[in-house]
Amino acid sequence: MNQLPSPGKALTLLFTAAFLVACSGSDTKEDEAAAEAARQAEVAAAEAAREAERRAVEEVAAAEQRELEQAAMAAGTVFYFDFDSSVLKPEAQQALDAHIALLRTSDESVRLEGHTDERGTRDYNMALGERRANAVRDYMVVNGIASYRIETISYGEEKPVAYGSGEANWSQNRRVELVK
Amino acid sequence: MTTMSRVPRLAVALTLALFVPFAARAELVIEITQGVDDPTPIAVVPFAGTGAIPEDLAGVVQADLARSGQFAPVDRGDMLSLPSSEAEIFYRDWRAIDTEYLLIGRASAGEELRIDYALYDVNRQREVTTGTVTGPVNEARMLAHRVSDAIYERLTGIPGAFATRLLYVSVTRNPGGKDYYRLTLADSDGARPIVLLESREPVMAPTWAPDASQVAYVSFETGRPAIFRQDLRTGAREQLTNFRGLNSSPAWSPDGNTLALVLSKDGSPDIYLLDLASKRLKRITRHYAIDTEPTWMPDGKSLLFTSDRGGRPQIYRYNLQSGITDRVTFEGVYNARARVAQDGRNVALVHQQDGQYHIAIHDLVTERLHVLTSTDLDESPSIAPNGSMVLYATKLGDRGILSAVSVDGGVKFRLPARSGDVREPAWSTYISQ
Repeated sequence: MNQLPSPGKALTLLFTAAFLVACSGSDTKEDEAAAEAARQAEVAAAEAAREAERRAVEEVAAAEQRELEQAAMAAGTVFYFDFDSSVLKPEAQQALDAHIALLRTSDESVRLEGHTDERGTRDYNMALGERRANAVRDYMVVNGIASYRIETISYGEEKPVAYGSGEANWSQNRRVELVK
Repeated sequence: MTTMSRVPRLAVALTLALFVPFAARAELVIEITQGVDDPTPIAVVPFAGTGAIPEDLAGVVQADLARSGQFAPVDRGDMLSLPSSEAEIFYRDWRAIDTEYLLIGRASAGEELRIDYALYDVNRQREVTTGTVTGPVNEARMLAHRVSDAIYERLTGIPGAFATRLLYVSVTRNPGGKDYYRLTLADSDGARPIVLLESREPVMAPTWAPDASQVAYVSFETGRPAIFRQDLRTGAREQLTNFRGLNSSPAWSPDGNTLALVLSKDGSPDIYLLDLASKRLKRITRHYAIDTEPTWMPDGKSLLFTSDRGGRPQIYRYNLQSGITDRVTFEGVYNARARVAQDGRNVALVHQQDGQYHIAIHDLVTERLHVLTSTDLDESPSIAPNGSMVLYATKLGDRGILSAVSVDGGVKFRLPARSGDVREPAWSTYISQ
């Protein structure tokens, strides 16, 4: 950051060049040469200023992007659901907001994988897993992500992350995973 | 679990692969946990044999009869003589060990395998029935099962369902790696398993064509669910669907021409009919709720399916002629995945009671439901072609196992796998001979 020319420094350079032109002597050739030098300095300074400005904007954008990426990463890519429910919980919405903000900065596609716990029948759970993935998709679409960028798939109860029974395992398996 | 000790005589693990040196080792082990209160004692004498008999044929028959829960086969060690013809029978030998029936037989293996058998009533000292089965030598076990079917029918009045086959899905969990999903075909006693499909992605919902020559299932091998069918004779495989969203629950119509299935391509999951010859697709339910798990009534005129259109999953019936849908189950908050017995009356389904999932039978005539199982997480019921038993998946500890229960709840046996989880059993129709 400190090594880069700042817009302030560029302006100083510009004023110095202008001052030099204003204070130059009366000799025409010298005047012309000086004017030419000043003009070149002016162009160079303007270019430097533009370059600096561009880099600064880029830098701010990159910083913002990094911030969005970090927020999305911190939000996690797994969103959990209550038993037999496809209603997005507030914490899932909050986490999704972070992903939506990041997705708005690109045209990247995502895949939403819906899962259920082992209770109930397998094919009904396939449908329930799809309902969950669709609930996440609908939330993203409402918040400005084009639906063609989102693919949904349900695995039902076929791919648990926590094997075994009991709510401690089941609650980890009732989920939608966002995959890029 | 409380039923374990009721019939200690039958509470033995029968490792059915013992006599199968040439075939693949059975993956399933059968443990009989409950038989009828007063099972009929029967002696199945080792069959006399000429030629290279590849199996202990009488052992197969004995295990079949024991597994039905209705018979208490005599231990071979208790037999005082080993007759193989009527002239060799001394009834007092069998009365002495309280046997009611005596089955003897002779097998001869040449180009074909031939089994001649005869059943005797020990108390009346007379022949009950005799018969002969013949077939390829490499189908020896199936021929023995046909003997079991004949004996079972003669003594119970109900056709046996031993000469049938099973489909099931097994999963091997690999620590740190991905799981392996396998679709397996085996005899009704778990013997002679053949892996039809092995995949790193889920395999689901195996089902039989009505003539048992083909199977259909859902495979995620393409990265998305798709319905496939596979010919068991040629091995030919065809992908039938590749729609956006769900592609699930294939169910063959009784005439074999149509596959009912579930797609969500038009929004929510609905039931469709796929004409297998023309590949034309017809949507038969239109509802924003979940409609899934279709199954045909034996007459092919209507389908049962699961829907949560009333708020919670219940069984509904769609009449193909009138297009009318009506609700079938009302008892409890969860009734799903129906399978109808060939009598068109008994419907096996998953029923939730006190938060637990059990197998129940709903009688379409009396509209009454009775719960058959006391374990939790019971699912995927499949009814034997003779309507006598329901095979289903449940959990034993942390492992998925197959289990069976008679439709009156009196007989129970388990079929855990030697390793891994097993689930989604599908009992075949009768295999054409």
